[in-house]
Amino acid sequence: MENRDHGVGARVGMWLFLLSEILLFGGLFLLYSVYRAKHPGDFHAASTELSRFDGTLNTAILLTSSLTAVAAVFSLQELNKPKRTIFFLGATIAFGLAFLVVKAFEWTAKFEHGLYPNAAVLMKRPPGEILYFGLYFTMTGLHALHVIIGMTVLSVILAFVARGKATQERSAALENAGLYWHLVDVIWIFLFPLFYLIS
Amino acid sequence: MAYARYVYIWVALIVLTAITVTTASLNFGRAGILVVLAIAAIKSTLVLLYFMHLSSEKRLLLKLLVPIAICTLAIFIGLTFTDVMYR
Repeated sequence: MENRDHGVGARVGMWLFLLSEILLFGGLFLLYSVYRAKHPGDFHAASTELSRFDGTLNTAILLTSSLTAVAAVFSLQELNKPKRTIFFLGATIAFGLAFLVVKAFEWTAKFEHGLYPNAAVLMKRPPGEILYFGLYFTMTGLHALHVIIGMTVLSVILAFVARGKATQERSAALENAGLYWHLVDVIWIFLFPLFYLIS
Repeated sequence: MAYARYVYIWVALIVLTAITVTTASLNFGRAGILVVLAIAAIKSTLVLLYFMHLSSEKRLLLKLLVPIAICTLAIFIGLTFTDVMYR
């Protein structure tokens, strides 16, 4: 616990970056709330076409990946067990991959029904539904991009731990990678009800 | 077990997810969105406090960053609505 403030500069920098990420998604949440207020019926109707099962499954996967991410940080910082950290980081990356696989199936099913931005089938629908699916693909797409970036960062940190470059004394990079992963989880916690649970 | 406190938080998050999916399939009408958003707020607070260690953060600046971001967003959204809704 004494060395917790050792990496305070790195932590402040990371939180400032996370703040900018919150505002990046915040702009999209603003768009969502305005368009939803203008087209409540269309949003409601379009939402029934999403698979609630897939959304719930992905929520459970991402929450579990957050548990393994925090366990990875704890294993190195408090227990000084790098092998466990490597195991938990591997598990987190695997859950991230599982999330993307579910997402890929979901999107493929939408594409097969002719639902993708600017699709001929979609453009014949009411304006609110076009906006809903536009926001759905933009927001879950940007989120999926963050999952991919998070998996990349976690893989680099995993290599650092394996080579002894990230240790109990030098754990700021691991901690920051964990913070990024948790933020991606927090964003999904809001995306899930706004897109899947409003029908 | 050393990881117990994190596992408890995870269990709470999964239970809250189950509750939010169940309440969404009951019909609360217009209040439904408020219920699911309130549960999302509780879930994200749990993640921020315990997984992201803000509960043991000693620096006031870092403790306040997320509330500041939320207030900023609330002001953006609130002001936008005063414009959009009364045009």
